[in-house]
Amino acid sequence: MATPEQLYRTIRFIRRFEERSIELTQQGEIASGIHPCIGQEAVATGVCAALAAEDILLSTHRGHGHFLAKGCDPGVVLAEMLGRANGMDRGRGGSFHPSDFSRNIYNATGTVGHSAAIAAGVAWSVARSGSGQVVLCFFGDGAVSQGALLEGFNLASLWQLPVVYVCENNQYATTLPARDAIAGSITGRGEAFGIPSEQVDGQDVQTVLAATTRAVARARTGGGPSLLQMDTYRYFGHHTFEFKVRLNYRPDGELERWQQRDPLTIAADRVPERERAAIDAEVEQELERAVEFALAGDKLDPADAQAYTFTSGPVPRAGVSA
Amino acid sequence: MPRLSYLKALNRALGEEMERDESVFVLGEDMNFALTNVTAGFLDRFGPDRVLEMPLSEQGFTNFATGAAMAGRRPVVEFQIPFLLLLVFEQITNQANKFRLMSGGQTSVPVTYLMPAAGARTAWGAQHSDQPYSLFAHMGVKTVMPATPTDAYGLLLTAIRDDDPVVVFGPLACLGLREDVEYADLVPIPLGQARLHRTGSDVTVVAVGQLVADAIAVADELAGEVSVEVFDPRSIYPFDWAALAESLDKTGRLVVFDDGNRYAGFGAEMLATAAEEMRLVAPPRRITRPEAAMVGASPELDPGLLPNRGQLLDAIKRVLK
Repeated sequence: MATPEQLYRTIRFIRRFEERSIELTQQGEIASGIHPCIGQEAVATGVCAALAAEDILLSTHRGHGHFLAKGCDPGVVLAEMLGRANGMDRGRGGSFHPSDFSRNIYNATGTVGHSAAIAAGVAWSVARSGSGQVVLCFFGDGAVSQGALLEGFNLASLWQLPVVYVCENNQYATTLPARDAIAGSITGRGEAFGIPSEQVDGQDVQTVLAATTRAVARARTGGGPSLLQMDTYRYFGHHTFEFKVRLNYRPDGELERWQQRDPLTIAADRVPERERAAIDAEVEQELERAVEFALAGDKLDPADAQAYTFTSGPVPRAGVSA
Repeated sequence: MPRLSYLKALNRALGEEMERDESVFVLGEDMNFALTNVTAGFLDRFGPDRVLEMPLSEQGFTNFATGAAMAGRRPVVEFQIPFLLLLVFEQITNQANKFRLMSGGQTSVPVTYLMPAAGARTAWGAQHSDQPYSLFAHMGVKTVMPATPTDAYGLLLTAIRDDDPVVVFGPLACLGLREDVEYADLVPIPLGQARLHRTGSDVTVVAVGQLVADAIAVADELAGEVSVEVFDPRSIYPFDWAALAESLDKTGRLVVFDDGNRYAGFGAEMLATAAEEMRLVAPPRRITRPEAAMVGASPELDPGLLPNRGQLLDAIKRVLK
């Protein structure tokens, strides 16, 4: 699934999906707001293009691109973000913590960095089963000093587990610049645990795809974990609340400099213009179908607030005695 | 008839379940030498692929268990000291226990967290004697505290077979308890099912963990004078409210004997619910550790902090006035 057309299509779809989601947020349809991944699309696209369908992915709060690139139904993903019953998590995961087990996405935990150790557990299990599956774990630059992440690295390397760790270094953890947060380096943290670690240009989907392909092959053939630091940039704020609360944590000109290497343009330049136009039109149609599907979904009923709490056993008692 | 100790009951249940179900595995610290003795013999019996020796990284390996569980295994995570449950409290209550709901039912996280030495330790300093079972119950995590060898066997089996996270507290003070058993009679015990150790008509004493034996001793001491019903919930959450209501329909008097701290603890939950919903002819009472109790700093100080039989006797007399 890695022709220039397919890669461009995915990047274009993610870009338009995120733009449309910002509009839906501003219209009040996405109560949570979103953490847009605009500017980072080549990372999700290139990484997922290197994965087989049965490979398992752990996402993040900025993960809509991961879901789309992994092949999830965009209408179902958008419905989930809108909190509707026809979302894949029946509205209970939302934009921030979704899962799609039908596409092997095992949640996006809100405890930043903890997915690294969860990923090690998944990888240990699939390695023991001999399935040949690889686990792909995303996190951001903000996660790289979280203790549990480093504990995960230790386990993955100690036992040479089939996991690829991908750090989406978009230069900021909310308002904190990476250079002010990280002693040493991101790749140094992988190397400290004996994990082969590489810094990658995250704006070119081909370099992302190539690096991820190597790392996935290493994992799949028993060569153990890898750490890929994808250098990228988010064009918008940490979260859509920044449309209302203006925070000036970025130096003047920084955004413009990054936009000169726009992942969408880089991928588009590899596709003949006529095909690109056709792809763009298709993307708009598919996107509109997704929006219609999501908006048509049922809103949830407060009477069902505790459904899915347990697989069996207690019906939680109400807050008020009968 | 064989005498089965509480510790051996845990070992037996875990070993049998590991034989029966290949997806069950244990992980924890010092597993290679079975330092807690719960996994005595397991490394030879099951090999290093089912008995995982973990480096000191409890948050990481608690999450590791969550991942393995989502991938289809049944991890049993052993912790040596109660405060470690506080360290991994977030990974259990905010991640493992929420993933089912957050995924709209797509996944389940069948992990058992085993604390096989719960409660106070003499002279180990102030950080090794916590009793956080109320905290897990408060967050809606299935939590059990069996008081006898047969209950330990039965509840550990059920915890492992349950598809949700379950925390199993085995009181340190119970580990040496011995019971005459027929092995063939050892069975899984459902969550949320209490048992009565003594039936009575004057007062219901709800006791947990090692305090059950103390409650039985007090009940036997008062026999003839006061008819004490000793109610052992076995399961902290879910709790057998129907059985408690039935007991209070008989006695109308409640005393709770709880090894947790006073403020917003298990005892408080019993009293509040009984007051709201059940038959009481006298104000209910509880015996707990004090608020902000920090047990273990000094052996001489601990008796000022730990629930004791004298307090239970007093409380029973007070509710009978």
